Amino acid sequence: MKLMRSITALIEKGCSPQVRPAPRPEYRTWWTIKAVSFQFALLLAALAFVFSVAGRVVARDTSAVSKGDVEAKISYCKDCHGPSAQGYRGFYPIPRLAGQQPEYLENQLRAFVEQRRPNPIMSNVAHVLKPAMITALAAKFRALNPHPIGGAPRRHIAEGRQIFQSGVPDANVAACAACHGPDAGGHEQIPRLAGQLYPYIVKALTHWSKERGQIPGKPDVSAIMEPVAHSLTRPQVEAVAEYLSYLK
Amino acid sequence: MKRSKFKMAVVVIISAAAFSLAARAESLAVRNCTWCHGTSAQGYAPAPRLAGQRYQYIENQLKSFGGHRRDNPFSKMYMWSAAANLNLQTARDLAIYFSALHPEAADDGDRELVALGRTIYQEGVPDSNIAACVACHGPNTQGVGEIPRLGGLSYSYLQKRLEQWGEGYDAAARFPMPHVASKLSAHQVEALASYLSFVK
Repeated sequence: MKLMRSITALIEKGCSPQVRPAPRPEYRTWWTIKAVSFQFALLLAALAFVFSVAGRVVARDTSAVSKGDVEAKISYCKDCHGPSAQGYRGFYPIPRLAGQQPEYLENQLRAFVEQRRPNPIMSNVAHVLKPAMITALAAKFRALNPHPIGGAPRRHIAEGRQIFQSGVPDANVAACAACHGPDAGGHEQIPRLAGQLYPYIVKALTHWSKERGQIPGKPDVSAIMEPVAHSLTRPQVEAVAEYLSYLK
Repeated sequence: MKRSKFKMAVVVIISAAAFSLAARAESLAVRNCTWCHGTSAQGYAPAPRLAGQRYQYIENQLKSFGGHRRDNPFSKMYMWSAAANLNLQTARDLAIYFSALHPEAADDGDRELVALGRTIYQEGVPDSNIAACVACHGPNTQGVGEIPRLGGLSYSYLQKRLEQWGEGYDAAARFPMPHVASKLSAHQVEALASYLSFVK
């Protein structure tokens, strides 16, 4: 219920600048229809969110993990995700975990196990993690705050900021800030994007419908992003990724 | 007509001569490497194959020999002095030259350990907190940028290198190899080195 309230609050807060004054019926033009369909899309998104949360009843293994085990696991995560979990450019872009929302991390680790998010490396990694370990890891990563790894192009940062803060109304793309927060810090299952690796964001947005929510008939939170990822052009994706990759 | 043909012939002869001279000039520096690394830079005894290696990696290693950061015994014994007088441009030229040569697999590991080695490479050992090599070195062990190609290097080189990281040599190497290698057992090191030695 708390989650439901916070989603409603988020949508009201984040989207108020998008909602135009109520038009008189005779002036209903294409853009007012767009505004309405936009609100409708957000409502759908919120519903998808709530359903996914409702479906999240997992048997909990409550056995504890030792401090030493947690430290060993953290240093294992950092072998790939970078010495301060700031992300790393391996053969694949390996995402930043530092400062990430614990609920998001937990949901992604489950998604790897359930094959909602197929990834051979991470599914093996996640498979052996006990719930208590996942909680402990998520809290540790949340507490880290290294500088962004950088190294991205810088030519379209301003355009990226514009898209992040105001969306692309003509393409029916909501402001990213509406859900991810004005500082891109994320909220519960909605991830922090600030400081995320440029190539990782580009890959995620351009492959969204092939990488997320891959169990047919069982959509998860990732469904919210699908129309957004679909509507953004490649240059827009790159601009947003530039902006976010330098954001502290 | 005749005159222009003659001119053309002169140009062709001179440029051919210039190219061969340039090639010979390059080969002096190259030959200093191939004394040990093998005539086509495919590696020889403890000297690893350079052919097909990522040029940024070769360049980085040459710098780390010059700066005495890569400190395993053979590096100290041979490469510190070999790289001592290389200027940055020559180091880069050599790196680019060797990276363009076609690599051949060493094929000298233990075939019975290949399956285990491949599993560790592709999946890591999550229960023992050993990361999957594939995340950084790529699905075909080809490496990228500063991350080296591993496929086809000789068994003895790979085995020694992983072992020495675990022993604390080359601790200044960039994250994460000293840490990753320190967690591998001797058997796992042998399996990885065997698998990689056969990858084309």
